[in-house]
Amino acid sequence: MSRAAAVHSLWTDSSVSAVLADAPRKIPAPHIEYAQLSPVLIVLGAAVVAVLAEAFLPRRSRHLAQVAITVVGLAAAFAAVVALAAKGYATGKAHVAAMGAVAVDGPALFLQGTILLVALVAALGFAERRLDPAAHGRPVDSFAAQGAAVPGGDAEQEAVKAGWTTSEVFPLLLFAVAGMLVFPAADDLLTLFVALEVFSLPLYVLCALARRKRLLSQEAAVKYFLLGAFSSAILLFGVALLYGYAGTVTYSGIADVVNGTVRTVSPALASSTGNDALLLIGGAMVLMGLLFKVGAAPFHMWTPDVYQGAPTPVTGFMAAATKVAAFGALLRLLYVVLPGLRWDWRPVMWGVAILTMLVGAIVAITQTDVKRLLAYSSIAHAGFILAGVIAISPDGVSSVLFYLAAYSFVTLGAFAVVTLVRDAGGEATQLSKWAGLGRRSPLVAAVFAVFLLAFAGIPLTSGFAGKFAVFKAAAASGGAPLVIVGVVSSAIAAFFYVRVIVLMFFNEPRADGPTVAVPSPLTSVAIGVGVVVTLVLGVAPQYFLDLAGDAGVFVR
Amino acid sequence: MSFPLLTATAAVPAAGAVLTAAVPAAKREAAKWLALLFALATLGLAAVQLARFDPDGKTFQLTESHAWIADFGVRYELGVDGIGVVLVALTALLVPFVLLAGWHDAEPLETAAADRRWRPTQGFFALILMVEAMVVISFEATDVFLFYVFFEAMLIPMYFLIGGFGDRTGEPADAGEAAARRSRAAVKFLLYNLAGGLVMLAAVVGLYAVTADQLGAGTFSLQEIVQARSSGDLKFATVTERALFLGFFFAFAVKAPLWPLHTWLPGAMGEATAPVAVLITAVVDKVGTFAMLRFCLQLFPGASKWATPVIIALALVSILYGALLAVAQRDIKRLIAYASISHFGFIILGVFAMTTQGQGGATLYMVNHGISTAALMLVAGFLISRRGSRLIADYGGVQKVAPVLAGTFLIGGLATLSLPGLAPFVSEFLVLVGTFTRYPVAGAIATVGIVLAALYVLVLYQRTMTGPVKESVRGMPDLRARELVVVTPLIALLLFLGVYPKPVTRILDPAVEHTMSQVHKTDPRPDVRVSTAEGAK
Repeated sequence: MSRAAAVHSLWTDSSVSAVLADAPRKIPAPHIEYAQLSPVLIVLGAAVVAVLAEAFLPRRSRHLAQVAITVVGLAAAFAAVVALAAKGYATGKAHVAAMGAVAVDGPALFLQGTILLVALVAALGFAERRLDPAAHGRPVDSFAAQGAAVPGGDAEQEAVKAGWTTSEVFPLLLFAVAGMLVFPAADDLLTLFVALEVFSLPLYVLCALARRKRLLSQEAAVKYFLLGAFSSAILLFGVALLYGYAGTVTYSGIADVVNGTVRTVSPALASSTGNDALLLIGGAMVLMGLLFKVGAAPFHMWTPDVYQGAPTPVTGFMAAATKVAAFGALLRLLYVVLPGLRWDWRPVMWGVAILTMLVGAIVAITQTDVKRLLAYSSIAHAGFILAGVIAISPDGVSSVLFYLAAYSFVTLGAFAVVTLVRDAGGEATQLSKWAGLGRRSPLVAAVFAVFLLAFAGIPLTSGFAGKFAVFKAAAASGGAPLVIVGVVSSAIAAFFYVRVIVLMFFNEPRADGPTVAVPSPLTSVAIGVGVVVTLVLGVAPQYFLDLAGDAGVFVR
Repeated sequence: MSFPLLTATAAVPAAGAVLTAAVPAAKREAAKWLALLFALATLGLAAVQLARFDPDGKTFQLTESHAWIADFGVRYELGVDGIGVVLVALTALLVPFVLLAGWHDAEPLETAAADRRWRPTQGFFALILMVEAMVVISFEATDVFLFYVFFEAMLIPMYFLIGGFGDRTGEPADAGEAAARRSRAAVKFLLYNLAGGLVMLAAVVGLYAVTADQLGAGTFSLQEIVQARSSGDLKFATVTERALFLGFFFAFAVKAPLWPLHTWLPGAMGEATAPVAVLITAVVDKVGTFAMLRFCLQLFPGASKWATPVIIALALVSILYGALLAVAQRDIKRLIAYASISHFGFIILGVFAMTTQGQGGATLYMVNHGISTAALMLVAGFLISRRGSRLIADYGGVQKVAPVLAGTFLIGGLATLSLPGLAPFVSEFLVLVGTFTRYPVAGAIATVGIVLAALYVLVLYQRTMTGPVKESVRGMPDLRARELVVVTPLIALLLFLGVYPKPVTRILDPAVEHTMSQVHKTDPRPDVRVSTAEGAK
């Protein structure tokens, strides 16, 4: 057996024996490039400070302090990302830091920058306190008075009476962001898994914290948690199988084994190393875990329920940032670890992309709730992005990066508008209640129409530029059928976006219709940023396409 | 750097749209005048374009070229050939009349007056200017992507114009039902055109993939692609070329509209106010036929020839089907809509007959159809606004009560049936001559359309204007000063171009010949080749 011989020779390899000879010495301290990890470290630091603030500051001053810590922390982290990119880590100096655990390269920095900006805008929505009527004289936000109190119970009433709010959402947000920053940069499977858990757990909690409709919110959180835990387990199982296949969890190490360039086989795994069954099953399981987070069909079932139940600012954040992070991780996995296997996974991913586009577009037609509608629309968009992912070309990477940036701001803006339309029961998310909104509040309706048109991919909006970039990449790599399915599902999707516009502008307002709350500058800024980004990326996308193009190369 | 005339012609109405939309609710009248001012300024710029355009000069003139989205191979490239410059002028000419004709079409209802943020008047005028800006830039764009962007984007303001503003007809109780009908028509318009546009998007992406593959860098520049084709650098595989051609043609056929993709038009024109209906059929739909000439024929000459028999057959069906359904209509506006479908059939027939007369006639037809339909539709709108009904049966004997209205309606109608002496005759004749020389049978069938046109126009006139005066039209006021200002110049133009079309054909013909040379088609009998202007006499 040649392999056995190889193992044997490896075991007696001089370098290995050298390491063994050094064994009595202390284990060398890992070499960590702190500066290059600074975005993540800053956000984690801010999260820790926020936890301390939560513990030690009096309740009255917490809100302001938390908002300040969050905004400053995110902005500082963004500055760190920009500084790293300016130093050339996105291009020439791209490398793998922290003992092979985290990549610092173009896609990672681009996505981290996007996530941080998204989080910054989302934090404004978290901090909004003018929309909900004041509870007993104290301004409150969209979050439960006391997360642990039973809905409708005495404890909740007391908490409401005392004017409490859950200011813990800010540290939770920061922890989630930290996880998301690592997720697309993770360069080994364990880091990937840890990052996944770090950003998922705070999101599960955030989903459960809606101030209104708490049961719906808790139900959403439980669903999300159960399905999320399930998908994490599948991913972890896949990681284990891949380790069995390659004997390593680093991306480049697995890629080498896939390509057959290196065979550093450890004796313990000698019987399984290089076993293609492990690779295929393990790879498929890891992909499944990621596709779940992305919300691709057939792993999309959680999306509508969770989007509907979660507090709307959280939904906006989740819809935008999770997607960015998860697609980043998916890209890296497919482009760095599994390119050698593309003939195996590409047909499967074609099927997933086509299914996702069609399911998202078709099921959305029957939705009667704005948040569920946007959830299905996000599924359809995941399908479009997948069409770019499958291209396996630098064009594919940059188009996906651009699409993610464009899409996330449209989503944030759209959900921010949803928080404004209210009736006595809180947000009026029933679509039928939106009838005639254009008559009552032309500006808000017009802004929402801009976001819908961007979702529909009408030219001069960012949605069109993104869609074109993705389709172009897909067509250039032989994905003409994907483009055609994409175009067909865009046409289907246009129908329901148009339906909402019809409802807002051409229908008579209902007498018991909702009113549009006047937000504080926080939400106004969030929506304004959404509109500006949507139009700028639609009319003059070149600068950002360049940015995404420059960032389109993964380090190995 | 010279003054960017083409950009300015599109930017002025766009700026006008933004400013008009920003006028406060109470200053409605000011908003109208502001919009009219910008429309007239656009007309002025279009006139400058015409003056500076040299018919014997280069194919594309007044060109502008700037980097836009390098990643997509897209440049901001403008340029007009003879066809483009004339259609820009037509657009700029018609829009002021559209605005004037719709002067009172978008007053806020008294019931809604309390809501001071609702400003329908400003919206109406701003949207019309926005459509004008987008149409103008589509006529000027020589970059396929740039064209596509505005071809698609113009649907949105158009959609709000159709769905948001309707005739003040019938009882207030019917208002809800009318609004629902209108909104259905608007949605149908949007979905048809959006679907067409998305199919074209797939073809646009495909075009990029082909050029990127063969030229090294993807490009959308019409001139570059045409040049690369003729030099042999760019070769389409037959199947690819046909697929791309179909993608483009589908979108333009929806817009034009060609049978069987026409079904959105009668609804949209019927439910929209008359000025908006004019905007649809006289201006926006022209982009479809224009784009067939400019993009389908020049980018994909081989596939165009391949598809010609089918397209000619569809055009013939359009001519006859539109005319027959027009005869059967009970609603004045829908009748004009079906008549337009018939006329678009003629235009498409002329384009794909691939003869100089045919294409020259088709391009001239685009202009003449714009003017004649505008005249007929706007007068019909004035009539409808007086009685509050679109049904033919509700009228009778109008010529005794309102002779000027009836007279102008008749002239508009006669122009529509292509009476010799009025402008559309020249173009229809040219189209038929051009078709006969290559496809005699098709030419013969198309002639039936003319007979049917006489039928629907004259029957419409007879039922509404002649006969005993109906109770419901008694005391109907004749055309007012504003309405005369709208109608008189249009009728004058119809007469002038009917007798002396040379100023227009002079500009159109070289461009048509250029297009023909791109398709490598010559007239069937080159020895009797006559200039189209002579053929008209």
